[in-house]
Amino acid sequence: MLKIEGLTAEIDGKQILKGIDLEVPTGEIHAIMGPNGSGKSTLSYVLSGREGYEITGGSATYNGLDLLAMEPEERAGSGVFLAFQYPVELPGVGNANFLRTAVNAVRKHRGEPEVDAMQFLKLARAKIKALQMSDDMLKRNVNVGFSGGEKKRNEVLQMALLEPTLAILDETDSGLDIDALKIVADGVNAMRGPNFSSLVITHYQRLLDYIVPDRVHVLMGGRIVKSGGPELALELEAEGYAKVAA
Amino acid sequence: MNAQTSSAASSTAGAFLARFEGLREHLPGGRLPWLAKLRAEAAAFFAAAGLPNRRIEAWRYTDLAPIAQAGFSEALTLAAEAPALPPMRAPYRAVFVDGRFAENLSVMPEAYPCGSLAAGLDGTESRLGALAEDLPLVALNTMLFEDGLLLDLPAGAEGGVIEMLSVASHASRPIAFHPRHLIRLGDGASLTLIETSLGPAEATYLHNPVFEIAVGAGATLSHVRIQREGRAGFQLSTVHAAVQAGGTYDNFTLNAGARLVRNEIHASLLGPKAACHMNGAQLAGDGQHADTTTFLDHAAPDCASRQTYKTVLAGKSRGVFQGKILVRQAAQRTDGYQMNQALLLSEEAEIDAKPQLEIYADDVKCSHGATVGALDEAQLFYLRARGIPAEQARAMLVQAFLVEAVEGVTDPIAQAALAEATEGWWEREAA
Ligand SMILES: Nc1ncnc2c1ncn2[C@@H]1O[C@H](COP(=O)(O)OP(=O)(O)O)[C@@H](O)[C@H]1O
Ligand SMILES: [Mg+2]
Repeated sequence: MLKIEGLTAEIDGKQILKGIDLEVPTGEIHAIMGPNGSGKSTLSYVLSGREGYEITGGSATYNGLDLLAMEPEERAGSGVFLAFQYPVELPGVGNANFLRTAVNAVRKHRGEPEVDAMQFLKLARAKIKALQMSDDMLKRNVNVGFSGGEKKRNEVLQMALLEPTLAILDETDSGLDIDALKIVADGVNAMRGPNFSSLVITHYQRLLDYIVPDRVHVLMGGRIVKSGGPELALELEAEGYAKVAA
Repeated sequence: MNAQTSSAASSTAGAFLARFEGLREHLPGGRLPWLAKLRAEAAAFFAAAGLPNRRIEAWRYTDLAPIAQAGFSEALTLAAEAPALPPMRAPYRAVFVDGRFAENLSVMPEAYPCGSLAAGLDGTESRLGALAEDLPLVALNTMLFEDGLLLDLPAGAEGGVIEMLSVASHASRPIAFHPRHLIRLGDGASLTLIETSLGPAEATYLHNPVFEIAVGAGATLSHVRIQREGRAGFQLSTVHAAVQAGGTYDNFTLNAGARLVRNEIHASLLGPKAACHMNGAQLAGDGQHADTTTFLDHAAPDCASRQTYKTVLAGKSRGVFQGKILVRQAAQRTDGYQMNQALLLSEEAEIDAKPQLEIYADDVKCSHGATVGALDEAQLFYLRARGIPAEQARAMLVQAFLVEAVEGVTDPIAQAALAEATEGWWEREAA
């Protein structure tokens, strides 16, 4: 279970998160919706350990682990995965090498045996096929020259390979056409189960037609201002944030 | 430069000259009048010029004071025992110990002349010094060289892959050696030459090689240099390559060792459609200074040149890249490109870069670029967020930075030598 209590954080002296309280029980998928600039990406970075954010108060634990005290790689090893809103390009790093290095790093952390190049290729090809991606994606440099949609699919591929137990998806739907959206949603739904939780950050209700959340939270001005069932997303879509949050 | 270093520099130059005076009769070819004259002229030039100092434009960023202070006054003595050598990778290997050809350690091709310069000086009158310019370090080499590689690949011959290994032996006093390598490829010949230089970690020595390389029309030389001198050693190397019509000279140099290295490459494209690729990677850690200085002379039309240099600096280290492209009036339709990039891994590291284009032809495509930066925080976080430990993530990004400079090294033997030389560099020098 992910448990966030009174979390406040600032960047360059500017307070962005102003006291977040949120619980995602194991096995549940929660959506976070909110207007631009409300702090959604900041929350996802703080949870995954990006430098540059000063945590000024509160806590975040995952299955009892003090997330905020851990290095990013330890969090990943412990099952936390962030699908980036803006996936980073890595010129000179081949995607296959990157993915295999990541898979083995996480396996090592979990005390599982590493996979060799052959085993990895087999594994990766199966996942790639499921995501309806082309095999040559493995040969390219990480995210370099990828279209917006390819980048997002590459995030989902990483998720599928790393098998996290807590996936934070930061606007993974933005920039996707409806077919790609369905594929990404299928990728997430395939992981759904009693040991998998997810925080699905999105701008639009559309994604939530395909990944039906257990709960929906509205983040505005660095705070969760409202929580509810899946119907809250429809309400937001129809009436806008300002009205719903008022 | 203060008075003390300048007097150390002149006394070091004086020591080299004194050594020449003492040895001149005994140096190889001492009885060849033309060579005696060449050496005497070089000595006069060196006496007037001295060791390069920072007042000279080409040496603004590289200070030879540590060499001056090391005092290479000791005359060379033969190494008492053969140093440990790495395993052979290619079918042939020319081994030089302290600048002298070690016949018993070498395996040489028999299909064409390839061996000791000292043993073959007789026929080299027209070649020795023909391509090298009047530079102080070249003069020092001409004055004192004892040996080198003499290689003559006949027209049309496939020379295959030859390794060159330069090893400095364990010496109790600072020693200096100045091998002279004369390499000639006849028209249409091809050769891959992979040179590795090594030395003991603690020994202070100076390796001052000069290469004179003639690439015939339509010939191709791939010259790979892996510099792994000991960390207290110095390497000052000068390569002169002259390329005839349709010929190609490719130089890849890795600078990974030495306390101070200057890798100076002069290539002249003398006939139409000649080509030159110069690539290099410099990896310097705490206390190291790595300087690559290139000079590309486009003297004929329709020639192409490409340069990609990457410098990675950790700890308190210093990197230098100077690259000049000269396009002469005759060199119409020149296609020239030069890129140098530096990655600074510490606050104390420093890079000086000086690209220079001098163009006299009007129909020319010529460009250069330079970047300096640190590791990208967003890239690092991306890798770590995927579970890759910080140190490993940094090593991956350093390797990624080098890709464009090393991807031109396609010979598997050269790739293996390169991999061995860079293996674990990050962990040793920068972690
Ligand atoms: N590196 C930064 N420096 C300063 N302000 C930032 C930085 N990153 C984000 N912010 C600010 O923090 C606020 C929240 O941003 P973000 O978390 O990206 O919002 P969201 O993802 O909800 O659109 C915005 O006002 C944004 O301008
Ligand atoms: Mg965002």
